[in-house]
Amino acid sequence: MDVYRFLVAAVGTQEAEDCFQETFLSALRAYPRLRDAENLRGWLITIATRKALDHWRASRRRPLPVETVPELAAPERADGDPELWRAVGALPPMQRAAVIHRYVLDLPYAEVAEALGCSEEAARANAYEGRKKLRAMQGVAR
Amino acid sequence: MRELRVRWTGELEAASRRAADRVAERARRSGLVDVGYATVDSPVGRLLVASTRRGLVRLAFPEEPVDQVLDELAATVSPRVLEDPRLTDPLRRDLDAYFEGRLRRFGARVDWALTHPGFSRRVLEETARIPFGSVATYGEVARRAGSPRAARAAGNALHDNPVPIVVPCHRVVPSGGGIGRYGGQEWRKAFLLELEGAIEG
Repeated sequence: MDVYRFLVAAVGTQEAEDCFQETFLSALRAYPRLRDAENLRGWLITIATRKALDHWRASRRRPLPVETVPELAAPERADGDPELWRAVGALPPMQRAAVIHRYVLDLPYAEVAEALGCSEEAARANAYEGRKKLRAMQGVAR
Repeated sequence: MRELRVRWTGELEAASRRAADRVAERARRSGLVDVGYATVDSPVGRLLVASTRRGLVRLAFPEEPVDQVLDELAATVSPRVLEDPRLTDPLRRDLDAYFEGRLRRFGARVDWALTHPGFSRRVLEETARIPFGSVATYGEVARRAGSPRAARAAGNALHDNPVPIVVPCHRVVPSGGGIGRYGGQEWRKAFLLELEGAIEG
């Protein structure tokens, strides 16, 4: 469920279904490398995060037709302040992922770090930087 | 930052289930499922059956929580466990026929991944040879498995039978009379023996 929620927050409801499928299929394919079944959830979130990062990078490269939702739009049907979601969409990928893990999923920093494939320090820094930028952007909006 | 939320709505849940179904479908097509499971309704309750490519690996009565059974399979057989009615379809048909009295011998092969090799497995293999409609005692099964005095150990092996009904541990009874104990509740043992005509109702 966390995997799905993360993907809805990260790429929106429409894309979440595809990314979810890719996440699980990657996990199943890579299974012989997974010896520690206890950590299955953390591992899935890590794969889902990689998929989201790929997705953001790909959609930035792809020229968007005018009628498509612009990249910075809030994921449709995510709750909360749409302005803030748009601001999240404007963050650099690592900060964006860290903010979603930390503030939407409430993951502890150790798990954020695992999902991002970085140190706990770097996870903290990414979440902190992201949050600071969101504050600044909101400050402008308000 | 309370303004960022993804509420778990019914719609989201449906979408996530849909995505999960599609994952299962694609995984099946790509041969990524190692353990497929399904549930089968029967006169002795809803049964959970799980198969690998080698054969039936687990049959569980409803008292065992599904999650627990699946976790055990994931930990001991393979974490690639997915709901897969097709992998279990032939067995479902056999179970239906058995409970309707049209089938006396299951065609399913057994995957012994959950049974200790050695005595336990020999006991279950010998049990699988007891014909429909007849019974054997714990002592007889122990003897056929190579340890005539290990009736109690045979009872333990039968209690841990991962695939009851198909490997008919219900056909093993005490030498002193009565039907004896059964891991899947004694009324089921009586029901199965009556169904097979081994005891009077």
